[in-house]
Amino acid sequence: MLDKNGIAKRIAKEVKDGYYVNLGIGIPTLVANFVRDDISVEFQSENGVLGMGPFPFEGDEDADVINAGKQTITTLPGASFFDSALSFGMIRGKHVDLTILGAMEVADNGDIANWKIPGKMVKGMGGAMDLVASAENIIVAMMHTNKAGESKLLKRCTLPLTGVGCVKKIVTNLAVLEVTPEGFKLLERAPGVTVEDIVKATEGKLMVGEEVPEMSI
Amino acid sequence: MINKTVSNVHKALDGVADGMTFMLGGFGLCGIPENAIAELVRLGIKDITCISNNAGVDDFGLGLLLQQRQIRKMISSYVGENDEFERQMLSGELEVELTPQGTLAEKCRAAQAGFPAIYTPAGYGTEVAEGKETREFDGKMYVLEPAFKADFSFVKAWKGDEAGNLIFKGTARNFNPCMCGAAKITVAEVEELLPGGSLDPNEIHIPGIFVQRIFQGEKYEKRIEQRTVRKMKSM
Repeated sequence: MLDKNGIAKRIAKEVKDGYYVNLGIGIPTLVANFVRDDISVEFQSENGVLGMGPFPFEGDEDADVINAGKQTITTLPGASFFDSALSFGMIRGKHVDLTILGAMEVADNGDIANWKIPGKMVKGMGGAMDLVASAENIIVAMMHTNKAGESKLLKRCTLPLTGVGCVKKIVTNLAVLEVTPEGFKLLERAPGVTVEDIVKATEGKLMVGEEVPEMSI
Repeated sequence: MINKTVSNVHKALDGVADGMTFMLGGFGLCGIPENAIAELVRLGIKDITCISNNAGVDDFGLGLLLQQRQIRKMISSYVGENDEFERQMLSGELEVELTPQGTLAEKCRAAQAGFPAIYTPAGYGTEVAEGKETREFDGKMYVLEPAFKADFSFVKAWKGDEAGNLIFKGTARNFNPCMCGAAKITVAEVEELLPGGSLDPNEIHIPGIFVQRIFQGEKYEKRIEQRTVRKMKSM
């Protein structure tokens, strides 16, 4: 079974040379730590920066340079700043190659819910609805089950939706799955995890091939 | 040169009144019009509708207007950092319209650019699209979102000149350029106000035609919401 860093490490393998990548808050943010250093990748933050670098050293923080999580950041050579309309133009116009985000629920038809829990304080969707509705290549990073042990990979989402039919790939602590017209397709299993474990933890329709390789990370 | 300069924040906000709709630039506390907000608090006008990506924190940014219960309605994409906001929203004192961030930006830009509405894929099939017109283009579904209508835009830039030309800095740019010229009157506050002609025309982000009034802010706190640093490597 993978921990959060393990999930990030596995997703990092999906990041290819020349990609512009948008990382959501939580596990997705960790992906930046594991991207191979022999490829060129630029990270986009939807508040208006391409070419995000690491956090600044103490004393170098600039209130005018933050990421979408409102954290102080630095920029790398080749970086650029832009306004919010242009930023979402990048996303909506499919110029960003890969979007990695977290989710509370994903359905086997590609629907995603990650912004609102009825009865709890609603903070808002931020850029999540724009990202999921627009990006062609979306990977969801999440735990396979919630804290109560219930599956987060469902037949249909029960929470208010963020987007419909948009998720293409999911990497969890147990498995790598693809969303196909026939439901979830099991691609890889995490080290030490059996196909049976994954079947048990998946409520939505799951297709399992003859052989499911263990993921290499 | 057409001179857009006003001498101070009081003159810059001349004409604001109860019940008006304001656009306010900024993402979190980054690039917010601090001086205009302070003046709105001082004027004590009520029943305001604010179009702003966020709602500030309890004691800074739009949180200051919330404290005085001056805001009737917020149109935002994310409002998570503010306890007083939560209290007013749950008690029904405050109306909240949550809008996807890119849609929010584009509804500002549409107003600026003379489009009555835009089609966006964001929110299709979710509660955000309920009751709204939808349409298919090339096999994909889109939601019709009308341009915003506002009385004043309050934006903050890094440098400006007397002609109202603006240059923004870093990610403090965010919604500010999209809101220029998107309301009946755009008020720009800048950290540094320069004589007309002293900015390189090649480097101007927003031309002065989109700005009616410009002034130099008296001071900028530029509070950091999430100060995040890494440890210096030991040599």
